[in-house]
Parts: sequence; C-alpha cells; structure tokens
Amino acid sequence: MIRTHDLPVISRAHHRAMLRAQKIALIYPNYYSTRVFIGCESLGSVKKYSDRDMCRKITVLVRIRIMERKYLLGNEAIAHACIESGVDFVSGYPGTPSSEVIDVMRAQPEPSYYIEWSVNEKVALENALAAAWCGIRALCTMKHVGLNVAADPLMTSAYTGVIGGLVIMSADDPFAHSSQNEQDTRCYAKFARVPCLDPESVQEAHDMMPAAFRLSEEFGLPVIFRPTTRICHSKSDVALGEVVPSTRLGEFHKDPRQYVVIPAHTRILHKKLNEKQPAIKKRLVELGYNRFEIRGKTAVIASGIAASYVQELLPAGISFMKIGAYPIDEEWLGAFVGKHEKVLVIEELAPEVEEVVRQVAGCVPVFGKKNGYGSYEGELSPPAVAAILVKAGLLPANPFPSVDPVQNLPLRPPILCAGCLHRSAAYAIKKVFKDSIYPSDIGCYTLGLQMGVVDTTICMGASITVASGIAHSGDPRDILCTIGDSTFLHTGIQGLLNAVYNGANMTVVILDNRITAMTGHQPNPNTGLTACGVESPHVSLDVMCRACGVHFVESVDPFDITGMMHVLEQAKKRKGVKVIIAKQMCVISARRAGVKRGRYLVDTDACTGCGNCVRFGCPAIEFADEKAEINDLCSGCAVCVQICPVGAIVREGKR
Amino acid sequence: MNRSFDILMVGIGGQGTILASNILGEACLIEGRHVKGAETHGMAQRGGSVESHIRIDGLFGPLIPPGQADLMISFDLLEALRYSHYLKKEGRLIVNNHLVLPTSVYTQKLVAPTEDEIIAALKKHTLCLLDADKMAADAGSPLSQNVVMLGAASMSIPLKAESLLEAVRRLVPKKTVEINVKAFEMGREFGGICR
Repeated sequence: MIRTHDLPVISRAHHRAMLRAQKIALIYPNYYSTRVFIGCESLGSVKKYSDRDMCRKITVLVRIRIMERKYLLGNEAIAHACIESGVDFVSGYPGTPSSEVIDVMRAQPEPSYYIEWSVNEKVALENALAAAWCGIRALCTMKHVGLNVAADPLMTSAYTGVIGGLVIMSADDPFAHSSQNEQDTRCYAKFARVPCLDPESVQEAHDMMPAAFRLSEEFGLPVIFRPTTRICHSKSDVALGEVVPSTRLGEFHKDPRQYVVIPAHTRILHKKLNEKQPAIKKRLVELGYNRFEIRGKTAVIASGIAASYVQELLPAGISFMKIGAYPIDEEWLGAFVGKHEKVLVIEELAPEVEEVVRQVAGCVPVFGKKNGYGSYEGELSPPAVAAILVKAGLLPANPFPSVDPVQNLPLRPPILCAGCLHRSAAYAIKKVFKDSIYPSDIGCYTLGLQMGVVDTTICMGASITVASGIAHSGDPRDILCTIGDSTFLHTGIQGLLNAVYNGANMTVVILDNRITAMTGHQPNPNTGLTACGVESPHVSLDVMCRACGVHFVESVDPFDITGMMHVLEQAKKRKGVKVIIAKQMCVISARRAGVKRGRYLVDTDACTGCGNCVRFGCPAIEFADEKAEINDLCSGCAVCVQICPVGAIVREGKR
Repeated sequence: MNRSFDILMVGIGGQGTILASNILGEACLIEGRHVKGAETHGMAQRGGSVESHIRIDGLFGPLIPPGQADLMISFDLLEALRYSHYLKKEGRLIVNNHLVLPTSVYTQKLVAPTEDEIIAALKKHTLCLLDADKMAADAGSPLSQNVVMLGAASMSIPLKAESLLEAVRRLVPKKTVEINVKAFEMGREFGGICR
C-alpha cells in the first residue's frame, strides 16, 4: 500500500493523482508493497501535464519503481502471472492458442510447482480439480475445443467446488485461425455457472490471473479464464509483478457430502451453487473488470479485445462500458443502460453481453448483432469496429481507407515440412488405397488435405470412429483413416476398441512421430519424456493396439515407400480392423537432436523434367529451366529418390 | 485517436520475423515506450505466409488496419505484394530482393508474377530493395538476414539506432552478437543510401 505521508503533496492535482494510485493499488495489490515510495523529483517533472495525464503518469511511475517491464507474448505474460500467483499445480493439453503457457512454465529452472502435460483435457481438468480439493492452487490450460472434452468434470466441479484456487484457461479462437470451430467459452461459463474473466489486453490478462485465483478461493468455485488468439498471440510491453513461490502443501480432507455427488448430495450442492451467484456478480464489479464512464446520452458496451478496438475509435461524448468478467451484475448494468437513450453492444462471437443488455434495457433501444450490428462469426478488427460504429450512427465515416489486396496471387498456405513423414505416408496411402475413403484427424497431417488423403476431420480422435461409422453404413469402398500418436493417445484408443469390438472393416494408420508437433513439440506418453524432460516409462502403441483386439498390427518406416506400400497392400486384402504404425521422427525434432541424413541433388543430365518429384509437394524441390532442383531445405529423407522414374536424384557428394 | 508508428513485417514461416519483432519490442522498452504487436503462430507457421504487426507507442489493439502501416518490412517479394495494401499511401517499403515460389505453384499449377512484375507493382510506394541474403552472408551468417532487414529499415523507424543495436545484442544468441551487429550496421548503411 502506498502511504500518503511518503509522498510530498505539491498540489491538489498531485494529491488527486495519489488517491487514484491508491485506488488502483486496491485493485491490483500484487503490484504495490509498503516499500513503494514516489520520489518528489518524478512528481516535479509531470507538472506540465493536465490532471488526467498526470494520473496515468504517476501510476506508471509506481509500476516502474517496483517491477520489471518486458515485451512479452500474451501467453508468456499469463504464464508469468501464474508464477506470480504462487500456483502449485499445473496441467493441460496443448492446443493453439493456449500451448505456450505451459511451455513457458515447464521451461523454468527449478519450478516451485508440479507441472504436467496430460493425455487429454478431461484428464488434465480432473487432475487439477483434485489438486484444488487438496487446498493448493491449480491451473489447467487448453484451447476452447478442449473444454468440450473437459466439459464433463467442468459441469460438476461447479457443484463440488474447490478449496484452493482453480483457474481453467480455455483460449478461444475467433476466425478459427487454427481451430475446427469458433465456439465461445463464455457460454460454457454461463452453462456451468462459474465466473469467467475475459481480458481486453495482454496487460489485463496478466493482471487478471492473481485475481482469478483469489476469486476462485473466495467463492470456492473454478474460475474460467478466457483469452482469445489476439491476446494469447499478441505482444505488448507488460509490467510484471513479484514472483512469490508457494509454500502450500496439499492435504485432502474427506467430506463425502462435498466430493461424492450422489443424488442426495448433488441436489444440495446445486442449490448452493445458485445461491453464490448474486455475490459473485457484485464482486466482479468491485474488482474493476466491468467498468464504465458516462460521457453522453449514447453508450457503447464492449467486451474482451473488442473493448480495446472501441477505445481506439470512440468519439468524445459517447459513454463507454467495458465488460471483462461474467456473470454481469444486471442491476449495475441496468442503471448504466437506463441513463442512456441508445446503447450499442460490440463483442466477438456469441451475443453474451448483448443478451444481458437486452434483458435490462427496458425502453432503451439496443443495437447489436441480434439486429444486424455486428457478426456472429469471425474476429473483430479496428476497421470492422469502425464499420459498426458508422452503421449505428456513432461515427460519421469509417476513418480507415477501404483498400483491396492484390488479386490472384498464388497462395502460400502452411505446408508439411521438407522431409516430413506425413507426406511420404500420404503418398504411399494414395498409391495403394486408390479411391478409398480417408477419415483423418487433428494434427500436422491434416495438411494432407492438399494431397487428397483427408476426407473428414471433426475433433480429436474422430478419425477412427468416423471410419468405423462409415464402415457400418454400407459404402463398399475401402476405408483408411490416419491419426497421429498424440491424438491416438488423447481420444483415439476408445474408438479403436469400439471398432474392433463391433467388427468394423477398416485400416488405421497411426502416424507416429513421437511428439505433439503441430502445437510446438510438446512431449506425450509416446515420447518417453515428461513435460519437465524427466524420462517416463515407454508406451508401446503396438501392444496397446493388440490389447484392443487388433490382430494385424505392423510397424513401417514411411520413408521406405516400397516397404510401406507392401504392408498397405497386405492390410487391404484382409478383413477386420488393421493397424499400421508409420514410425519416423518429426523432421524438426530430428534436426534439433542433430540427426544428419545428408542432402540430395538432381543430376540435371539425367532429369527428364517429368515433374513427378515437384508434384510430390516437398518445399525442398523446385523447378527451374524445365528441370527439377533441390534447395537447401532438403533434410535427406530420400523419398524423392524413390519417386523419380529415371534415377536422377542422387545423394550429394556420391555421384 | 492514438497515433502509433505501425510496422508490418511479413515473410515466410521460419525466416526470423518473430526475432525481428522482439528486437523492435525490446528497443521500445529500452526507450521506455509502449508497444503492441500481433503474430502468426501454430498452424500458420509451417512454411506458410506469416505477418507480424508492431505498433510503436501503441496503447490499444495489436492489429494494424489495412492502409495504415507506416512501414512494411518484407523478407520475400511475393509476400511484399500480398500485404502491400496494408501500407498507407506515403508508407515506406523495405523488401528483400528474393522470391521463394510457393509449392502451390507446382502442385496446383498456379501462375506466379515474375520478379520484375512484382517490383514494378511495389514501386507505387517508396521502395527500398536490398539483397539481404547476400549482405547477411557477407556479415558472417545467412541467418542474420532478419537483422540486415531491420538495419535497412532502421532509418525510417522512430527509435534510436543505439536502442535497436542494444536490443540486437540482448536478443540474438551470444555467439552471434558480433555478426548480427555487423549485419545491422551493413543494413543501416544501405538503408541510408536507398532512402
């Protein structure tokens, strides 16, 4: 806390600034300690600013005095905030845009917390919930669709509640930059009746985390923290707080009425959960994440990152309300709305704020996506927000020029790396299983879409289940599905068990690169290492498949095209569920591990320019002057050597 | 409206745009200025087209609206053209004179514009073309290409050269500090001439 007598009060303006700094200190106590002293020299230098500017200036000065400022990725700032909060237990499953939080935390030297990559989100959340029951602080991270997998424990964890703080970070992905849908985690929070924090900036994401743990402990409920891609993967200068290592020790106190949700108990727990709601709403307003400023008769209400876009554009004389926490206090909201003649709501994805505004608006006209001011899908941007403001008559014209990108440029979509096992496996599959149906799954190999070996993807693990579903539907074509090792361990095993049990005819190719590559090379049980790099027991996919009842289980090297095609042909002839495990290290992990396979080049005299190799789609192969050419991306997988019909591709230095 | 100095950095995944953006961010911290940025991660990284937004003195959102960037740094000719609508009319363009054809040209038989066509189209902005690959090799490592680009752009960035250089020293691997400092200075010298 800042003591007033530490500060030489030079003028009334300085005094007011001081009071404001104190108010902020109440909201963000972790920023300020009794050691804080604002020197008079720093006050002297701000004389030329107006009162308002000075408030900000002094606040900044306070922050600089006691903390470090860093330029960080949103997820790095969130990870740091968790460490500042003294988190004790961390679990999660990787998923863009959430993965870097655990990646940063597991890279810390001698962490004071337990940390794991779990096999899926349900497993992660149940682990974290148990930790919170033991009275320690737990964090569980995932992407929005991961919360679907974890929805089962989520819904009931709101009933049982927690002792230690439990924060569930579920990162949303408006515009589906790297996701299969655009679902809105705020709807889950409402469904489960747990508080949800929705930051507008990287700094606020950082600042919310300690508050989220305290909130969770105060109400004995899990708290959902919902950043979006533009928070997780944006960067900002961030004022960091002090790291306080935790000294808590977990201890489980038996209390069946709390932790055994038989009907007699759960009915009472449900009532208790509902009774907590009014106090939560009040506290969220007090925390300052939902706040407003009245400036006129028209108001804009915005949430999450949309709030920062609105603030960049809002003309003077228009009131502004920022929503950063749910559930919203209807009484407080109604009082604000009632002071205006017109209200515009701007938010990404679901009309969560708008619905509450409409409930309390009475006769005040409300503009939002429900009446065409904004879209239910995609992400917002400054020009998109400006367009909504113009449409609602709050801005005279869009301040951003309308510009068109240059048309008809060849796309540069993400592609499989040079020397990726998935490309060669897809090539072999396409050769043997012509005109088959190819259900696939979620991972780098989804990029096999470009090679025509991905017919379906829905969610994690759904390649095997979709394959068996089609197999039982009567389509006479062969069915071959592809799934990565991490995805197989996530939710693929049950599908395999089910397919064998129910007698499906299909082939499963497990693309085993021993890592969760797509999200940034996180280890999984198949890697043989834990999140912290400790060796773990070896998991055998082969034995696991046999234990599920599969008789045909073959391991192949996908770089050996002929060998893989031979095994595929054998599988094609047989009935029942066949599993082929295509094993090869991810080319990026191989490079990091120092694996050198040598490089290949094209003998231009022998090359006939047939183009078979460039059509393979490897970025290391180019075409110049009617001849193929291998560039320095080549990692030496030698698959193109097997594809070239005239033997024109040879190992460097071995001509 | 808050006036930030908006820089859009574009290229192909793996060319070092993230390190370059971190250097700019660190230089802002050294000068005690606010900075916001946005990046492409995850799926979009794998050899795909990548963009990095940096807003020096930015206070609000991290995204630069199209038509608003003050400066664009492109590691590839085709990517420069793809994102050129982000530049404002009087914006400046620093481009590595190098073209990597996307594999879609081969696999889907798409037609790519030639280097000359791209350069002609880019010339409606103030354009500075440089052979960053060669300059980086001359500085001691082809990997310092991103720092050469930053050096060439540094004349147009409202940050002190010392701050940028200090940021380079802090962020590049220790063994390569000397090479990268040289790369920055070579780039800066060239940027001064092609102004």
